[in-house]
Amino acid sequence: MDFFKIIDQLSEVDADVLGRFNSRRAVFGSLGTAAKRSALAATPLFLGALFQKAYAGTAATGVEVLQYALALELFEQDFYAKVKASSPYANASAADKAAIDQIKKHEDSHVTLLRGAISGLGATPVTGVTFKAAVFAGLTTFKSGAAATTQLGIAQLLEDTGVRAYKGRAGELLGTDLLTVALQIHSVEARHAAKIRDMRGQRAWVNPADDLAAHPVYTSGVTAGSTPAAFGLVVPAYTAASPVENNTTQSGVDIKAGLGATYTASDAAAAFDEYLQVAEVLDNSRAGGLIGA
Amino acid sequence: MSDNLQPRGSDDTSFAQPLYTPIKRRSFFMYAGATAGASALVLAGCSKDSNNATPSLPAGNSVTSSGAISLGSGDVGVLNFAYALEQLEADFYSKVAALPQGILTGSEYAYFQEVAKHEAIHRDFFKAALTRDASGQVLRGLTPKYPAATFTDRTNILATAKAFEDLGVAAYNGAGKLIKTPAYLVIAGQIVSVEARHAAYIRELVTPGSFAADDIVNATSGLDDQKSPTDVIVIAQNFITEKLDASTVGK
Repeated sequence: MDFFKIIDQLSEVDADVLGRFNSRRAVFGSLGTAAKRSALAATPLFLGALFQKAYAGTAATGVEVLQYALALELFEQDFYAKVKASSPYANASAADKAAIDQIKKHEDSHVTLLRGAISGLGATPVTGVTFKAAVFAGLTTFKSGAAATTQLGIAQLLEDTGVRAYKGRAGELLGTDLLTVALQIHSVEARHAAKIRDMRGQRAWVNPADDLAAHPVYTSGVTAGSTPAAFGLVVPAYTAASPVENNTTQSGVDIKAGLGATYTASDAAAAFDEYLQVAEVLDNSRAGGLIGA
Repeated sequence: MSDNLQPRGSDDTSFAQPLYTPIKRRSFFMYAGATAGASALVLAGCSKDSNNATPSLPAGNSVTSSGAISLGSGDVGVLNFAYALEQLEADFYSKVAALPQGILTGSEYAYFQEVAKHEAIHRDFFKAALTRDASGQVLRGLTPKYPAATFTDRTNILATAKAFEDLGVAAYNGAGKLIKTPAYLVIAGQIVSVEARHAAYIRELVTPGSFAADDIVNATSGLDDQKSPTDVIVIAQNFITEKLDASTVGK
């Protein structure tokens, strides 16, 4: 079996195949010792594993998840762009401005990164996902005033929702390098959420003592049947609402009393962030109500 | 990691000694004979030898030829890996939470009390999940060790906390793709974002504005750090008495 001949034949029908392997040398470098290479390279098992690796996450589902992530990043990017252009931001402290600038920089990077990844998989990246101007116009203060009507109050809801949104689709990228990238963005969003909360005088994590704790984003599960605005995205079917943020049972384990020690409901809930499914993120009670022209 | 986080006065030989069994091993090879016979028997022999040599370990905590405790393979390995890190974090914060007030400011002290609870929950949760799903392969309780001045002043406490939290985030980010069971991935994701929130907050205490600074979040890609389990253990090992082997995690 001539390994390179197979690759060459494959590249005739799939011009990108060589790009999917890091490089020919890397492929063989991963095989270990020279002795193993000649033996392994000729086996169908090896070829199968190699192609599975090259194509893992590049199936339709990978693109869908990336498009979903890109839509949310575009949404956040536009929100922070609007914040930076506003007068409340202009009057904010230098430290708060610097934090917003750093967050915006990351959202820009995420947009660029995800666009590139989607294009690289042969799809056209989504565009035109913006924060509704009419809603933004109502955010007249940076952080003082009623929480959910200030710019940072909305930022907190957006960042916490973003963290939950990435969790909700991670499983579809199981075992792929795309998952690693998604996780690396996910934890950055969590850092943003913590900082925004800190700027607002809230705890870094979601907890019942928040001034926004009673907001539907944290308290309401959305059940199937809602009609999310889906900008050309595939919305996976689901039958049960995701846990809300005061959940104290994880993986069937009662965190308050099932661990051999007693923990308060507040600590049990705060120790885990929850996930959200696509329809829930895009529901009108969450991002769906803020997306638009 | 800064110099003050390196362990001082650790005595490698004293804690590793019980795990090495030179006499037993030598006598085993004497019985096994020469060349072909010996090499054929090495694998089986090592495994058995190690179990005999470490009766204090619960079943499943097999020891590699170097005397390290293997975290195991597959999803169990990933869960044990996370359990090891959470044991370390929980121990650190429990010691911080027990310090007399005054070393940290009032709000910091209150904050650490809560984080200590989160990390204790994470540790206890992994133990419960492993006991349920992989009975007999649960990593044993580890013995953390710290540089002498770790708990004596605010600067050292915050520096250690920052190092642990950033390392924890990178560890979960790097180990995620090794997980094969979706439910475990969800749980890991539910925990890592809480660790990232801790990390961001601690960073603000150390240096205001550094919650996601360019030294931890890549300035170009906007991606947080990620590290392989073996790379993470090399760093965490400085704070754990037992020698750990993460080479089979996720495999």
